[in-house]
Amino acid sequence: MGLTFSEKVLSRKAGRPVRAGEVITVAPDYYLSHDNSSAIIGEFKKLGLKKVVAPGKIVIVLDHIVPAADEKYAQNHKVIREFVAEQGIPNFYDIHAGVCHQVFSEASFALPGRVIMGSDSHTTTYGAFGAFSAGIGRTEMASLWATDEIWLRVPETLRIELSGRLPHGVYSKDVILKIIGDNGADRANYEAVEFAGPAAADLSLASRMVLTNMAAEMGAKNGYFAPDDKTLDWLKARAKGDYEIVRSDPDANYEAVLKYDVSGLEPQIACPHTVDNVKPVTAVAGKPFHQALIGTCTNGRLEDLEVAARILKGKKIHPRVRTLVLPASREVYLDALKKGLIEIFLEAGCVILNPGCGPCLGAHEGILAPGEVVVGTSNRNFKGRMGGRDSEIYLASPATVAASALEGKITDPRTYL
Amino acid sequence: MSKGKVWKYGDDVNTDVIYAGKYTYQQLKPEEMAARALEDLDPGFAKAVKPGDVIVAGKNFGCGSSREQAAACLRAAGVQAVVAKSFARIYFRNAINLGLPVLQCAEAVDQLNAGDEVEIDFAGGKILSGGRVFTFPPLPESVIGILEAGGLLEWTKKKHQFR
Ligand code: SF4
Repeated sequence: MGLTFSEKVLSRKAGRPVRAGEVITVAPDYYLSHDNSSAIIGEFKKLGLKKVVAPGKIVIVLDHIVPAADEKYAQNHKVIREFVAEQGIPNFYDIHAGVCHQVFSEASFALPGRVIMGSDSHTTTYGAFGAFSAGIGRTEMASLWATDEIWLRVPETLRIELSGRLPHGVYSKDVILKIIGDNGADRANYEAVEFAGPAAADLSLASRMVLTNMAAEMGAKNGYFAPDDKTLDWLKARAKGDYEIVRSDPDANYEAVLKYDVSGLEPQIACPHTVDNVKPVTAVAGKPFHQALIGTCTNGRLEDLEVAARILKGKKIHPRVRTLVLPASREVYLDALKKGLIEIFLEAGCVILNPGCGPCLGAHEGILAPGEVVVGTSNRNFKGRMGGRDSEIYLASPATVAASALEGKITDPRTYL
Repeated sequence: MSKGKVWKYGDDVNTDVIYAGKYTYQQLKPEEMAARALEDLDPGFAKAVKPGDVIVAGKNFGCGSSREQAAACLRAAGVQAVVAKSFARIYFRNAINLGLPVLQCAEAVDQLNAGDEVEIDFAGGKILSGGRVFTFPPLPESVIGILEAGGLLEWTKKKHQFR
């Protein structure tokens, strides 16, 4: 019986063959944290140590509340900057860079075969590049800084095979929403999710990142796409370190295989208050709302902004809707600027936010008042996440959000494309 | 290896029935947490449980919230290990990091009954009961180290004294 991607990567790291279900101890290649680094520093200090073991493996990106929204956040950032300087941590990205998952990927820390731990639940994203990446808690991160060691349970793997061709106006966000809606928010609990098949190969890397990012919303430990020519093209331009391509064996043992033909898929939307409460957009079309959000680590890349700009070009946002555009990184922002997309957004009446998490976690830059409704491209719609307890969050593709922003009500984007 | 008695439960034992939500923001001492363990699943448990006892349950043990007390309360109650068909991911990590062994062994779950006497060999990967032997992938030394130290933070501190 062959091995899955996760079994192979973790076998290499453990220095012996391991199978799903085993618990092993490994030294990861990189560990990522963000604004929560200040809490991790607090835990680290409790250990009574002077120095982190492997400063070169620590990657810190300030993105959650940037620039600092109040004195408390400013103090957190200050603590982090001082720690970075004192410990000589080379990979530090201050408030200008963007969302950690995008910045980490662009800076080519996410390479095939790498083992990456992050104190953020969407660390699963780097599986789009063929890396093994999973989220951990803050205390675990402090211990990792102190020891360069972490125990991991080798996950079973759920394989999802995508076939067919995505119809016009339907995107990878619709695919993952459909999968989560059909299978539930805990279907992949503690598992690796491997996306495969011809329709997965058709996706751009940016679109693959939407799937691995949202694998976390199925409970997954990590997500994965086998590297192919598209991955190699991306790496050619960026890869700084060496990497090793690791693929599942053809006879690998999967917990289950789910098959989806995407040819007949319609645009999908996750309704309040769980990510698995998914319906076709047509089922809730006409619902009025107050705020639109295009961006975040899920859908804030250039291809997302391009689709939205295509729909908004030369038109005006509905007067009742506030539309926030949040590029995922400074690089994306610059590209969008050069391509004239920012001008299109501004002329349509959008507000452009600085790259980062923006309102995604409900801390600043567009909090909802009680009873308000947002339609956004982010990945979570838990009750109260973006503001007032009884506010509502709908999640959809950039196309659906842009078309809806024009109409002032939830709208099927296919008529606009 | 210490001997203990089996407490048997079904699938999807969630963190609310292991440790009720109303206690999560009270700062309770370990013995107070132990007295509230499994309150909403088995009201007799906390009074009768003995050090070394083992909880045996079906799939998805510890699903629900990320509250660490759901692992800490069982450890405080003297539970030697939880054996289940599967664990919710955060529960699994919390449990080991707080010093509560969690073992996945479907065969043992199918065959063990409430009240059975069991012994567990963590390093050897064996659960022994009345002449029967059930195996699970043995825990690596460092994880046994974390469990023996009583949790991840204690282990990390200890490890550094030897550097
Ligand atoms: S954009 Fe949202 S989901 Fe992504 S890292 Fe930031 S807060 Fe988390």
